[in-house]
Amino acid sequence: MGPIEQQLRQFVINNFLFGQGGDQLSNHDSFLEKGIVDSTGVLELVAFLEDQYRIKIEDEELIPANLDSIDSLIRFIEKKAQRTP
Amino acid sequence: MCGIAGVLNNKGERIGPDLLHRMIRMIRYRGPDDRNVFTEGPIGLAHARLSIIDLAGGRQPMHNEDKSLWITFNGEIFNYVELRKELEGKGHRFSSQSDTEVLLHLYEEKGEDCVHDLNGQWAFAIWNAKTHKLFLSRDRLGVRPLFYAITDHAFIFGSEIKAVLTHPDVRREINLRALDQIFTFWYSLPPETIFKGVQELPPGHSMVVEDGKVQIRQYWKLGYQQHSGLITERDYADQLLELLVDATRLRLRSDVPVGAYLSGGLDSTVITALIKRFTDTPLKTFSVTFDDPEFDESAHQKEVIHFLGTDHQEVRCTHQDIGRIFPEVVWHMEKPVLRTAPAPLYLLSRLVRENGYKVVLTGEGSDEMLGGYDIFKETKIRRFWGNQPNSRIRPLLLKRLYPYLPNLQTQSDAYLQAFFHVKSEDRSDPFFSHLPRWGLTGRIKMFFSDDVKARLKSYDAYAEMKKHLPVEYSDWDGFSQAQYLEAAHLLPGYILSSQGDRVAMAHSVEGRFPFLDYRVVEFASKIPPHLKMKVLNEKYILKQAVGKLIPVSIKKRPKQPYRAPEAQSFIGGATQPSRNDYVEELLSKDRIQKDGIFNSEAVLKLTKKIKGGQVIGIKDNMALVGILSTQLVVDQFIKNFDRRSVHGAD
Repeated sequence: MGPIEQQLRQFVINNFLFGQGGDQLSNHDSFLEKGIVDSTGVLELVAFLEDQYRIKIEDEELIPANLDSIDSLIRFIEKKAQRTP
Repeated sequence: MCGIAGVLNNKGERIGPDLLHRMIRMIRYRGPDDRNVFTEGPIGLAHARLSIIDLAGGRQPMHNEDKSLWITFNGEIFNYVELRKELEGKGHRFSSQSDTEVLLHLYEEKGEDCVHDLNGQWAFAIWNAKTHKLFLSRDRLGVRPLFYAITDHAFIFGSEIKAVLTHPDVRREINLRALDQIFTFWYSLPPETIFKGVQELPPGHSMVVEDGKVQIRQYWKLGYQQHSGLITERDYADQLLELLVDATRLRLRSDVPVGAYLSGGLDSTVITALIKRFTDTPLKTFSVTFDDPEFDESAHQKEVIHFLGTDHQEVRCTHQDIGRIFPEVVWHMEKPVLRTAPAPLYLLSRLVRENGYKVVLTGEGSDEMLGGYDIFKETKIRRFWGNQPNSRIRPLLLKRLYPYLPNLQTQSDAYLQAFFHVKSEDRSDPFFSHLPRWGLTGRIKMFFSDDVKARLKSYDAYAEMKKHLPVEYSDWDGFSQAQYLEAAHLLPGYILSSQGDRVAMAHSVEGRFPFLDYRVVEFASKIPPHLKMKVLNEKYILKQAVGKLIPVSIKKRPKQPYRAPEAQSFIGGATQPSRNDYVEELLSKDRIQKDGIFNSEAVLKLTKKIKGGQVIGIKDNMALVGILSTQLVVDQFIKNFDRRSVHGAD
């Protein structure tokens, strides 16, 4: 498990699942389908990503395609990192 | 308004008065003016009286002329004057001026069908000493509470659960099914209560206890009709106003002065304006204001006070107040809740009592009957959006609907679509209107302990709710279905109980609700949905009905739901320590583990998150309030009930 994946899993499990059921969370599980995030949750997630990875997330990037699973988050962060000079 | 309790021994054994005295003492705040007990053979009835009508002559339990019928009654029969005239015409003779005696004679005349003639709010029990039959009834909409327990030897009832739990044969154990319901819908579904051994008589039901057998019968139910369209919009508005005027007139019948709650919103302003029609003296009004501007409505309240010229009193509520009084509020509500909103209303009823008032009229029921809640608007928008799922414009309406929820404003369409369940398969769901709310609420069940989760594994609260739907439900339009869920369940299960009767009666204050006059309710059920909410203008027909009776600005004001500060009332942020010792204790790892309902690690992480000062969403707020109130129920009713009973015995 890479460090980003580990950090993301830890954040999601602690912050949204309050430590429960982490072993059952797969990297491709949809946060929406599993009811893991609500409207505040999306903003919590964004605040964490901006803070942890020093990236700036634009409003138009706030879509499930970028933020709805551990896998999509990893892809999104890596894409953002490539764009950062 | 009063408190009632009673025991019927089904083995024919004699009931002693001591037990009845103990039971009624537990709820003595419901009726501090007088307290009496009647026992005869297997029956015992108890009554705590709040004197409002016939101050000198309405003592209870009351009997008829030959002492064959005995009644203990909590509530008001507002049309008792008219009923008395009818009964006198049929030869009945009265010895008091009270509505209780009218009810007793009406029962003599009509038996169990007497409830159809009543316009009021009631919970009562009538004992027939000749037939050894006990008849109990609760009002149509559940304004007044009535709980009971059935043991091997007895039928036990009371206005509040704590009176029933005082009986030594009633066990005190948490009902996990009811907990699951509360953590899904915000309320439990009658007859279930949060206590395994105690049941609730549903609104609109009566029951007969005879020879150890219990029969329950529904005598009235909410319904929504196909709309004929035969009368015009103006006719609907005029008829609604006429009914509201009469409903208010009847609810001013009292031998003590009557005041009114004033929130600054449309409904309480309408009621206050209608009361002004019947009185020349300055009307006393009461409101709650908040330190936190996010919840405060005092600017609107001031406008109404000025417009209507009322003599106004207000109580200011802080986060600390809510944290401090919450244990006492839970003691009165007798169930877990997911919002703190009942707490400020507890302070408000205390203010009323301190001003020497016992009776207030309020605007409760208007949102349910006339289409005021945001959930109705939300449902309409969701259906509208669902017709064109790719629309970029339609989801913007959801953002406009919730200006007070800043987290929603930055969401993309895709997220809004997911949060608000605008999927084609959801549109045919019988609970379409409530899927977002119940789905979000149900997530907090993740905090249940492994043991509780295992015991609830095969339980499905939605399936349970489906069993409670009337057969006609599927024939109703979506707006009426949403109205039904709010009016038949949220109203009695939360609004009229936790935010109504229980916190008002804690300070011996009786609420009266003109919008819940059954004539208003039945008429409202015939108003076409498009007149209740015209496009997205909520309570449109009410606004048309009241015309210039209220300030234009109040009519035009977007609805602001009544809310109160939540998590921050109990747990300070990073810079502030926790404010209340009981919160630390009840949410401690050790205590959570001992009580066994919640997962201690998860609760610890939740409190840590709140203490960290992050923005806390609706779900986390509900989780904290739900966990804390459940822990308070366990602490006060399961573990330390005997200690509280001692306090109850004055």
